[in-house]
Amino acid sequence: MNWFELITTHSPALIVATPLLAAFLTPLVSRINDTVRNIFVLIMLSITGLLVGILGYDVLTNGIRTYVFGGGSTVVTLPSGLVFHVRIIFEIDAMSIFMVFITIILAIICIVYSLSFMKKEDGLDKYYTVILLLIVSILGMELTGDLFNFFVFLEISCITSCALIAFWVHKGEALEAAFKYIVISSIAALFFLFALGLLYTQYNALNMAAIANAMQANSIQFGLLDRVAFVLIIVSLAMKAGLAPMHMWLTDAYGEAPASVTYIIIGATMASLYGVFRVCFTLYGGIFQTVVISSFSIGWIIVILALVTILIGVIMALIQTDFRRLIAFVAVAEIGYIFLTIGVGLTTLSDPNMIAVGQTAMQGGIFHIINDCLDIGLLFLAAGAVYYATKETSLNEMSGLARKMKYTTIFFLIGLLAVSGIPPMNGFASKLLIYESTYQLNPIISIIAILASIMLLAVFVKVFYSAFLGPKISKFENVKEVPKSMLIGMGVIAGIIIIFGLFPNIVIQYLVEPAANALMSNTQYISAIFGGV
Amino acid sequence: MSEMSKIVRTLSNITFPFIMVFGLYVIAHGHLTPGGGFQGGAVAASGCAMLLVAYGSGWVIDRIKISRLSAFESLGALGFIGTAFFGLIFGGMFFNNFLVETGILFNVVPRTGFTGSEFNTAGVLTLMNFSVGVKVIAGVFAIVVVMAYASSLKEWKQ
Amino acid sequence: MIYNIPFIAVVAMIFIGLYTVLFKRNVVKIVIGISIIESGVNLFLITLGYREGGVVPIFTGAPADVAANAPGSMVLPVPQALTLTSIVIGVAVLALMLSLIMHIYKKYGTLDVRKIRRLKE
Repeated sequence: MNWFELITTHSPALIVATPLLAAFLTPLVSRINDTVRNIFVLIMLSITGLLVGILGYDVLTNGIRTYVFGGGSTVVTLPSGLVFHVRIIFEIDAMSIFMVFITIILAIICIVYSLSFMKKEDGLDKYYTVILLLIVSILGMELTGDLFNFFVFLEISCITSCALIAFWVHKGEALEAAFKYIVISSIAALFFLFALGLLYTQYNALNMAAIANAMQANSIQFGLLDRVAFVLIIVSLAMKAGLAPMHMWLTDAYGEAPASVTYIIIGATMASLYGVFRVCFTLYGGIFQTVVISSFSIGWIIVILALVTILIGVIMALIQTDFRRLIAFVAVAEIGYIFLTIGVGLTTLSDPNMIAVGQTAMQGGIFHIINDCLDIGLLFLAAGAVYYATKETSLNEMSGLARKMKYTTIFFLIGLLAVSGIPPMNGFASKLLIYESTYQLNPIISIIAILASIMLLAVFVKVFYSAFLGPKISKFENVKEVPKSMLIGMGVIAGIIIIFGLFPNIVIQYLVEPAANALMSNTQYISAIFGGV
Repeated sequence: MSEMSKIVRTLSNITFPFIMVFGLYVIAHGHLTPGGGFQGGAVAASGCAMLLVAYGSGWVIDRIKISRLSAFESLGALGFIGTAFFGLIFGGMFFNNFLVETGILFNVVPRTGFTGSEFNTAGVLTLMNFSVGVKVIAGVFAIVVVMAYASSLKEWKQ
Repeated sequence: MIYNIPFIAVVAMIFIGLYTVLFKRNVVKIVIGISIIESGVNLFLITLGYREGGVVPIFTGAPADVAANAPGSMVLPVPQALTLTSIVIGVAVLALMLSLIMHIYKKYGTLDVRKIRRLKE
């Protein structure tokens, strides 16, 4: 094989292994110099980005790709004399590569931004090591095809992100937010392990495709243990993703962490959302398509919880006075939108006439994941820039910053318009798909969603007016614009937002639609492992 | 914390080598008996923690540099991921066990069935056990030393 | 009936752990509650692998009658590997939580959860 094919074959393992090697080498490299370490981290992440591009091109043109760890070849063959696959298998289809693409953009922008945001802090070598481990865990969660491997990467992301939230240990609120986060995350992960034990005793396999195949194979029955395992997995992953009434750690953690850390924790939340997609539609998809009544009621429960999340997020955001905590409540509302589309997709999965509605909803939800990451991320980066320049977090004290910080104002304005769903930003395209599909299920849902969007616009107009416009204050006399690397990071994200907003057709056709199609039926996922059974 | 009495110190001197040998035995025989990297590393680290309790944190901290413990830990981690990469280079697949068939160390294929066991088997796994054991000893001991150091600083006592 | 006792113990441990996390005021007691839940889940994973009349799953040196119909009468080894990984993760989480409690005590001077809360709305 020539070099290109060799790299493409091994790229799933190398995408996870290269940041891991960089994370273990960083304490030794940072003994030399600070600049050498920064350049080293950036180079390793760029190599990973290149590998992601190569793998994405291959998966979107050729289909599902698998990788068997420690085996003889990447093509999955049953070892002699065994019925189930025993090795860890990475399985990458269109939905996985979509999430990996989002994660690597978040990772590179986070490191570029934190080059100058964290420059004056102490203990930076541990900061870079732990951020690289967090990036490894998020990438691993999105690439794997094995449930226990998913659990291990989930726990790694819990521990590393808790250590990063408590980075400023002299502030009491950051410690309290980190403590709440680690208590809720470890209970969620233990529930996930309990459900994993239940699934293992029934089907004697840990691979997701093997469990799905065994569930559908023998006279489809949705027994008591299957139902308990499904509820426990959904509850545990929804606790990690921030669905109401388990959303309280999200506002504390996003509001108290350093801005670049918040940016990468958004990626960890999205990886848990990817877990919900994968379990609902691929692992249990075959059962829901034949057992009619179950997915209808489960879908409606998720829709109601998602509506409650949206309303809580928007209403609590109206009364906040802390800048970053307000944006965190808006982030909770946006996650509610994505759960709304999961609920609509589940409801229509068992009804053949409503399949088109379900597919539009899934496309809207998946497109909204990348839009949500970019928009809320840009708002957090702008808020971090304001904190870096003025050392203020309360909205009551800020006024008239637009005169001195021109670029930050423009970037905040772009993020604001994108979150509220105003054309020509990318939020408009995904929210239109969500409104269309939920209207056909029940008109009340889409009315509540549209009202929430309008209230978001009201919230942000208030914030923008009070923080950036308005009269000058004398204590902000010598406030300067933020350093260049932060501006470059924010500028790249704003550019991507505008490009996605002007050409949403291209994004939907090439990235979103293959992902939604891969989720609607799990036969391709299973046949990649079992060789066309 | 201050040091303990002479009896405690003498007994911990006597039992420390036995604990370390037992911990290293559990690490080294991970492919034959229950045990392996983490379990043996935890046993050996608890032996080191026993010394910390017996001699007092001030005495130990004067003689141990925490930066050297970090370097030790990084060496263990690099050994683990380096062995995995060697599986990619020499064996053709990430984490491949390239030492079993035609390797230098640990390359005997065990006889199947219920016969005696040999130490020279299971190629890459033994090397990975050693790396993980080193990392766990350094890591757990570093946690205990840092906690003891932090609680003895003046501004932490209220 | 006697083979159901470990499962009853698992449910009891998880409920005691959840009660401790939800209703106790001392921060150290919350950490102990999480440790109890984790012990319960580990016990559940090991109990799943039990086969009646099984021996320890080590090939070499097994008794002769087990050798005759192996691996039918050995306890399952895969849940034991899952439990080991879970114990390691539990140790790491416990170390992190205790370090956070040390910092909280240095900053606030108390271990009462009701006095530490500042982020209320």
